[in-house]
Amino acid sequence: MSSGKNAKSKNKSTAKKAEEDAAFRLVTVYIMGKPYKVPAEATIMGAIEYAGQQIIRGAGCREGFCGACGAIFRLPGDYKIYSGLACTTVVQEGMTLTQIPAFPVQKAVYDLEKLEPNAATFQKVYPVVFRCVSCNTCTKVCPQGLQVMDYVNAAMRGDVEAVMDLSFDCVCCGLCAMRCPAEIVQHKVGILGKRLYGRYLRKHSPELAERVKQIEAGVFDKEFSQLMAMSKEKLKKAYYDRDME
Amino acid sequence: MYPEYMAQSLKKVVQTRAKRLELARKKGPVFAPMNADQRQQALDKYHPDYKSDSKQKVNVGPNKGEALTTEVAKILESHSWVDPEKIDLDNPHHETDLLIIGGGGAGCNAAITAMKQGVKSFIITKLRMGDANTMMSQGGMQAAVSTTDTPTRHYLDAIGGGHFTNKPELVRALTEDGPGVVKWLEDLGVIWDKHEDGSIQVLHGGGTSRKRMISCRDYTGAIIMRTLMDEVKNHPGMITYREFLPALELIMDVNGKCAGAVCYSLDTEQFHIIKAKAVLVATGGFGRLHIRGFATTNHYGATGDGLVMAYRAGAKLMYMDSVQYHPTGAVFPEQIAGFLITEKIRGAGGQPVNKDGELFVFPREPRDIESSAFIKECETGMGVKTASGRDGVWLDSPLIDQIHGEGYTMKQFPAMHRQFIKYSIDIIKDPMLVYPSLHYQNGGIEINDKCETGIEGLFVAGEATGGVHGRNRLMGNSVLDYNVFGRRAGQYTSEYVKKAKTGKLTLKHIDAHEKEMDKAGIYTDLVTPVILPSYTPEDVKIRRLARSGNALARHEMLKTRVRPSG
Repeated sequence: MSSGKNAKSKNKSTAKKAEEDAAFRLVTVYIMGKPYKVPAEATIMGAIEYAGQQIIRGAGCREGFCGACGAIFRLPGDYKIYSGLACTTVVQEGMTLTQIPAFPVQKAVYDLEKLEPNAATFQKVYPVVFRCVSCNTCTKVCPQGLQVMDYVNAAMRGDVEAVMDLSFDCVCCGLCAMRCPAEIVQHKVGILGKRLYGRYLRKHSPELAERVKQIEAGVFDKEFSQLMAMSKEKLKKAYYDRDME
Repeated sequence: MYPEYMAQSLKKVVQTRAKRLELARKKGPVFAPMNADQRQQALDKYHPDYKSDSKQKVNVGPNKGEALTTEVAKILESHSWVDPEKIDLDNPHHETDLLIIGGGGAGCNAAITAMKQGVKSFIITKLRMGDANTMMSQGGMQAAVSTTDTPTRHYLDAIGGGHFTNKPELVRALTEDGPGVVKWLEDLGVIWDKHEDGSIQVLHGGGTSRKRMISCRDYTGAIIMRTLMDEVKNHPGMITYREFLPALELIMDVNGKCAGAVCYSLDTEQFHIIKAKAVLVATGGFGRLHIRGFATTNHYGATGDGLVMAYRAGAKLMYMDSVQYHPTGAVFPEQIAGFLITEKIRGAGGQPVNKDGELFVFPREPRDIESSAFIKECETGMGVKTASGRDGVWLDSPLIDQIHGEGYTMKQFPAMHRQFIKYSIDIIKDPMLVYPSLHYQNGGIEINDKCETGIEGLFVAGEATGGVHGRNRLMGNSVLDYNVFGRRAGQYTSEYVKKAKTGKLTLKHIDAHEKEMDKAGIYTDLVTPVILPSYTPEDVKIRRLARSGNALARHEMLKTRVRPSG
């Protein structure tokens, strides 16, 4: 396979050739301790699959939204624990990695309709947030780069809006909860904060309430019936003649 | 960071930007939209669906004789994992009122709605709850909430975007329920983007004649999905869920009603039999079949399993000859090739331009038209080639901050910014390179506006259905779709199960399918549903035990590849 590629690249510019070489450069990574040679440009997920494993746990959306593929790794000569989403983190030479596809977390069961958007609610639903020791490990481990500790602190203060805003981009990979010495379940706290904000603190939209009322009153029934009864030709004309906002 | 060989083209994009910004600030479109004839021409010549080998006649089942997307025809003409003789249907592992196959947006909406009707449900899902295309939708949801808009206007846009092939009763359901869905989700705690006065922020999408796209930054689906999941998990007494438990076949009763499913644990590789009074197929789409070798925006489990199961049970498919390619899939860097770049970028003023920095299409044509225009540009040498051989056109995102003011991109597109900055590309300063990516299953199992199929007890909702969008879906209508029809499914399955009586269970439809395959002279080693795609290199695959016949086929050794990796 690679020989064919090389033959083709002879006519290409040197810049292109350099790019191609990079694509076929291999690095050694240690997947749960076992060494594999994988393409240098591969993501962690790509590397695991290139190595021949069929992922069952640890792959979801594969685009950085679902949080199924949290991974932690170390690099040679470096004591630090690094983290990333396997789907979007590129491998490095000597990386030793493992996926953390699941971490035990108990989601609190609650009735949103019976809660109030304040600190007492966080205390009741997730009392564990008050165990925070402000070590900031959650923030350091977050692959999304969120200020996790800040929203945990906001929850303690009852600042629901800040919990919502700071946790908005959370993908719930759960790495924060895994690393937290106080055993907090940060991502779940974030969801509670967002739901409380959306349910109780949002600004009201008068036009939405009005529109829902109109529909219930059947204001559009006649027009719908007319549209549904239209011939394709008439419908086409109405469509191409319509004005644009 | 973009490589040196793209520098010249990037320079041209910068040079033409001021001129294009001026166009954007003027009233009216920045490029003339196509008329009906031009649209048809663009599709005929450049849309992948219109290529001669894109379709194949299916020779078994309810759509026998119809030309379907080749990869779909193949998975329908395949064997079942299940040998009915070896399955004990008399002692089901679980019994429930409503079995929901799929833990995405449609399934969760249905479960919550059914619960409110006092009906218990059991959700099974192939991966985790919420591992679904729902989670990944970025740009938003269409709903006619603004005062300049009406649901009937939304109807006209949707049916025109679908080239007038949509089923009218379904489009009405979709558009009429829209504002109610916005409220329903808001009451569950979804945070819509709003203006200072509380009115909901609306933007344009491709094919909209009114600003109608509402959003949660560019994490719209993620916020909706996590809210729905959280609510599902708040009712353990009413809603049970089991993860990593895909369904393999539907179970019928002797009276021809759908009455459960044969499932398969990905952990223990055991069959599970679930008996139910009604079954909702909410299995989503098929992007991971990689139609025509295209990269996909879809999640790992999007392999069209529901189509196969329902088809074998006798449900009719609609518009399974039509595939949606999202115009703006990422092309560079290679690690994110195929990733979705939200249409909201164009809704907010981002413009597609060619290698010379020139506009060549109205930025907000319906998706199939827009994609065809991109493909044309690349096939006529006006695109930009990457070192790995991909083609693309530029999506000029820096315009967005110039139009709306500094900080707008960061606030509205945190996910997009994050995706690219990892590779040292700042979308506020530099454009993105894009090409159409396999995105959506336009067709599916035919339903009516109650989510009923031709089979009693079998309901379908979400991307697995056909008819709502005709042969082309507009942006934001899929998010609306799974909410509208997920809720409707919850409602109508509840009404059904309260009266339903289930007879003796049977899998004779599987035997019938095998017989029909035999009669039609189909010889294949393909076994479906596909369950998971395989990205294992071929040289590893051929050395596996299953290939030498030493072991039973295990799920990780599936011959899943309908089409080899591109």
